[in-house]
Amino acid sequence: MRSHTFCFAALAVAALLFESLRFLENEYLFFAGYVVLQYVVLATAWNILGGYTGYVNFGTAAFFALGAYTSVAAGKLVALPIPALMLAGGVISGVVGLGMGYLTLRLRGVFFAIATLALAVVVQTLITNWDFVGGSRGAYTIRPAAVEHFGSYVQYLFLVMLALAVIALTIAHAIEGSRLGYGFATIRDDEAAAEASGVPTLRLKLVATMLSGALMGMAGAPLPYYVTYLDPASGFNLAYAVNSIAMPLIGGMTSWVGPLIGALLLGSIQQVATVSNWFGGRPEINLLIVGVLLILFVIAAPNGIVGLLGVETRRGGRR
Amino acid sequence: MTAPLLQVEDLSKRFGGFTALDAINLEVAPGARLGLIGPNGSGKSTLVNCLCGTLRKDSGSVRFEGALMDGLSAHQRTRLGMARSFQLPRPFASLTVAENLRIPLLYTVGFRRGHHVPRAEIAAREAELLGLVGLADKAGRLPRDLSQVEMRKLELARAMAAEPKLLFADEAMAGLSHGEVDDIITLLRRLNESGITVILIEHIMRAVMSFSDRLVVLVAGRKIADGPPDEVVRNPEVERAYLGE
Repeated sequence: MRSHTFCFAALAVAALLFESLRFLENEYLFFAGYVVLQYVVLATAWNILGGYTGYVNFGTAAFFALGAYTSVAAGKLVALPIPALMLAGGVISGVVGLGMGYLTLRLRGVFFAIATLALAVVVQTLITNWDFVGGSRGAYTIRPAAVEHFGSYVQYLFLVMLALAVIALTIAHAIEGSRLGYGFATIRDDEAAAEASGVPTLRLKLVATMLSGALMGMAGAPLPYYVTYLDPASGFNLAYAVNSIAMPLIGGMTSWVGPLIGALLLGSIQQVATVSNWFGGRPEINLLIVGVLLILFVIAAPNGIVGLLGVETRRGGRR
Repeated sequence: MTAPLLQVEDLSKRFGGFTALDAINLEVAPGARLGLIGPNGSGKSTLVNCLCGTLRKDSGSVRFEGALMDGLSAHQRTRLGMARSFQLPRPFASLTVAENLRIPLLYTVGFRRGHHVPRAEIAAREAELLGLVGLADKAGRLPRDLSQVEMRKLELARAMAAEPKLLFADEAMAGLSHGEVDDIITLLRRLNESGITVILIEHIMRAVMSFSDRLVVLVAGRKIADGPPDEVVRNPEVERAYLGE
C-alpha cells in the first residue's frame, strides 16, 4: 500500500472511531482513550528505533517528559495552542534524541540500553531541580473548559492525540517499504556488512533516534493539559518506559501493526484495571499485568501477536 | 605504466601489544588479479579490514585511485568502488536472498548515480546476479535456508552488486568442493575481464595459482614476497613459512 493511501485509510478509521465515541456520549471514553492513543504513539515511536534498527531504548520516559515539560515551560511564557506545543516538544525531544544518538550509538546492545536509562535519570534530575517548571513540587496547568468546534477539552485532547497516532503510524508504515527501512533492517542484522554494502549506518541510526525521540516528545506535549498537575515523578514514570517496550514486544516488532495491536491491547487492559474492581480496585496491578504478559509472550510468542497470527508483514514481503 | 588503483604505504596496525600489520607496502594496478596468501593469523583479513575501512589503521596511508582514504568510513569506500566479501559469510538474516542484493543497489549504486535506481532495474539486476552465482531459485528464501556454499555465493554476489572497481574476495572458496571452486574462479575471471580488479585472499593454492597473475605473501604481519606466482612459490622464505625449516 502506498503511503498516502495508508494515511487516508488511517484517517478514515480515526474519524470513524472519533464519531462513534461521540455517539456513545460518554466523556470517560475520551479520557481513557487519550491514554491508549498516547501509548500507540509511544510504542510506535519506540519501535522505529528498537524494532527496526534493534537498538533498545529504556529512556522513553525522558523523551516523553521532555515534551511535557516543554509545554509547561512554554506555557509560562506565551499562550500557544496544543499543536504548536507538540511541535515544540517534538523539536526539543528530537534534538535530545539526536544528541543521545551521537554520544551513545557507538555502544552496542546492553550498553546502549544502559546509557538510555542513564539519560532518563539525568534528565529527571535536571527537571526536578529546575524551579521554573515547578521543580519537585510540580506545576499546575490551567486548561480551558471547552474548545470551539470540538466540544469538551478532553475531546479536543483526544482528537489531537488521535491525529498524532495517525501521523506516527503513517511514518512507521512509510519507513517499512522504503530504502530507509531496508537500511534500518541491515543495521539490526549486521552493521559491518551494512557498511560494506554502502549503508551509512551512523547517519541512519541518528535518523532513527531523532525520529523516535521527536514522536515521543510530541506525545508528551499535551500531558500537562491532560493531567493539569504534573510533577517529575509522574512525568518520568517508569511505566512509560516499560509499556513502550512491552507493547511492541507483545504486538510484534517487525511491522507497524505490532506496536498498534500491543498498545491497544495492553493500554485498554490497563485502563480497565485502573477503574474496575476486578483486581480488588488496586491500580498498581497495572504493572503486574504488563509483567505477566511480557513473560508469557517472550516464552510462547517471541514474534508477538503478529508472529502468532502468521501474518506476512515483514518489511519487504511486498514489493 | 598506468597509475595504480590501490596504493598502500607503510600501513601498520596493532592490537594492544600485538603487531598485526607491520609497514605494508603494496601497489595494485587496474585490472590486476592479485592473490594474497599467508598462514593463519598472518594479517590477511586485517589488511583487507584496514583497506576497506572496517578497521582503523594506526599509521601509513591508503590511496584509492590516487585519493587518500584517511578518515573515510567503510560505506564511503564502498561507494568509491571498493567492495568485499567477508571471510565468514555475514548475510542480512531478516532479508531474503534477493533483498540482500538490493541493499548495495539501493545504497551504493543509487548513491553513485545521484538518484534512486528504478525498481524494474533493481529487480533485473537482482535476477542477473542471482543467475550469475546460481542462486536464482533461492531468491525469495531467507539466508538461514541456504547451505554454507550458497551463503558464500550470496556473499560474493552482494559484493558484486555494489559494482566495484576493486573486489576483495576474502576466502570466498573455503569449504567448497573442487567443482565449486572452479565455478567461483571462472566467475572471478569473468569479473576481472569486465574490468574489475580482484584481490583474492585464499588458502586453496590451486585456486590462487590458477587465478592470480601476481602473488603477495604475508607472514606475521609482514610482506615477505611479491611477484609472479611461479617465482613467489619457489622463494625459500615462502617455503620456510609454509613448510617450516
